[in-house]
Amino acid sequence: MKLIFEKGAPGQHLSLMPPCDVPEVQLSHPRTQPLDLPHVSETELTRHYTALSKRVHGVNDGFYPLGSCTMKYNPKINEDMAALFTQVHPLQPEETVQGCLEVLHESEKLLGEITGMDAMTFQPAAGAHGEFTGLLLIKAYHVHRGDAARTKIIVPDSAHGTNPASAVMAGFTVVNIPSSPDGCVDVEALRAAVGPDTAGLMLTNPNTVGIFDKNILEITKIVHDAGGLCYYDGANLNAVMGVVRPGDMGFDVIHLNLHKTFSTPHGGGGPGSGAVGCKDFLRPFLPGPVVTRDEAGYHLAAPERSIGRVKNFYGNFTVVVKALTYLLTLGREGIPDAAKNAVLNANYMMKRLSEKYDMAYAGPCMHEFVMTLQSLKDETGCSAMDVAKGLLDHGIHPPTMYFPLIVHEALMIEPTETESQETMDEVCDVFLSLWELAHTDPQALHAAPTRTPVRRLDEVGAARNPVLRYKAE
Amino acid sequence: MTFPAELKYTQDHEWIKDLGGDAALVGITDFAQSELGDLVFINLPQEGDEVTAGEPFCDVESVKAVSDVMSPCTGVVEEVHRELEDEPQMLNEDPYGAWIAKVKDISAYGELMTAEEYEAFVQK
Repeated sequence: MKLIFEKGAPGQHLSLMPPCDVPEVQLSHPRTQPLDLPHVSETELTRHYTALSKRVHGVNDGFYPLGSCTMKYNPKINEDMAALFTQVHPLQPEETVQGCLEVLHESEKLLGEITGMDAMTFQPAAGAHGEFTGLLLIKAYHVHRGDAARTKIIVPDSAHGTNPASAVMAGFTVVNIPSSPDGCVDVEALRAAVGPDTAGLMLTNPNTVGIFDKNILEITKIVHDAGGLCYYDGANLNAVMGVVRPGDMGFDVIHLNLHKTFSTPHGGGGPGSGAVGCKDFLRPFLPGPVVTRDEAGYHLAAPERSIGRVKNFYGNFTVVVKALTYLLTLGREGIPDAAKNAVLNANYMMKRLSEKYDMAYAGPCMHEFVMTLQSLKDETGCSAMDVAKGLLDHGIHPPTMYFPLIVHEALMIEPTETESQETMDEVCDVFLSLWELAHTDPQALHAAPTRTPVRRLDEVGAARNPVLRYKAE
Repeated sequence: MTFPAELKYTQDHEWIKDLGGDAALVGITDFAQSELGDLVFINLPQEGDEVTAGEPFCDVESVKAVSDVMSPCTGVVEEVHRELEDEPQMLNEDPYGAWIAKVKDISAYGELMTAEEYEAFVQK
């Protein structure tokens, strides 16, 4: 397929450009070379992007069990509601955007109730941005108390890679602690790791192997007793939303991925929303502005010891509108029901697949589970990569691969609550047939995919010699 | 998979070659490169860096993941293997030739294994 730059010819352009109706201004440093833009007609432009759109795979195309990414269905009513808020400008006076402020205030209240947090900012644009913001709150808290010696963030080895990366970005040193054989935090290793230099702990619960840490109260107590704070990575909240609250588990600050858990589109650039919630004692440090309310209405205010803005204006506001729509659609009963169905679906698939595949951890899972294909690879030469590529030929997006790093030949499957039993049965049949194929005709699996627009991509070549932009010859 | 007898090995899959005079070359083992897969990037230490046995001093990146490389000894980095930056594949093609750093003033070693012990260790 050609790039848009490789199509068309000089002189071709869109024919319906309106005449300029504002005064032209002479720039102090005008461009000396014209912009290198594509020369295509409107027809060609439309066909190009339509062709591209046919080559993508999203939740609206088929099963998408990308573990830890919660690729659930995004109800279309969310889009209808967001469309109501497109004719406003972020610089409008607050008295003219009371409805928008009410959306933020109401979302903060409802999400606070679900998570057990007292205050929230919607500025961060995505999960890792939320982590970074949350860590800055932790840092500001310690520094404000005059305790600048707390420079270390503890991260378990099963964590998302973004956790240690965000900690380093925020100026902390990362202390890695191992997991126990059961996939939970090694409590004794944690006890040995904490001290007067501990700023905090970052934890995902349920964790990345789909297990709810049974020692969670002890874990957060160990960190608090050492003077540190506890950060909850909300990546896996879908398993427990409305059932248990991070605030009650002992967490002080959290981020939510509204674009995962609360059904707004994501993948391929979002936009996302990594809302950060905190307990009352961290409220003064939140990024501003935050929404307050009095008898006159809603207002925008800067918290007194704010760490400052982390994004322009109010974050990706329409994403919050979509998430609020989801919350109000499901309601107090629907939210925990969705979580329970997500867990039920994952356990259903795990049970069926365990007929042939090895599970990395014994026992029931939460919203996702991790398989280890090491024995399949040893017996047949077919790796997790081969099975993942085989799924593509059946119109199924592969699960998360080779993560978490503590599991060899890992495939991590998260079906979410929005898949039917029929779909999951079909997918399980495909997985089981690929296991058979690995044993009967491993070469065929090595050759997959054969029915996709492109075959196996040269990942190594792309990483070693990346070509990131088009250059005219 | 090879395990040269003249080298010592760590549980974290690094090798160390004694050069005499409190200096040594360090790198990652054949087993490490085969588990990591094709390496696409290396974040080398700098000359003069103080390294500590059992603590990361470098990281390598494959298409799967970024992994820390632990130092087998405590000392000071005297020289780094700059060619690896442009050709990280050398770590895959010749893991025992592609040394990462030369360490001098070595004051301590981590727990090291002989080739025989290490071979038994990775086969477990």
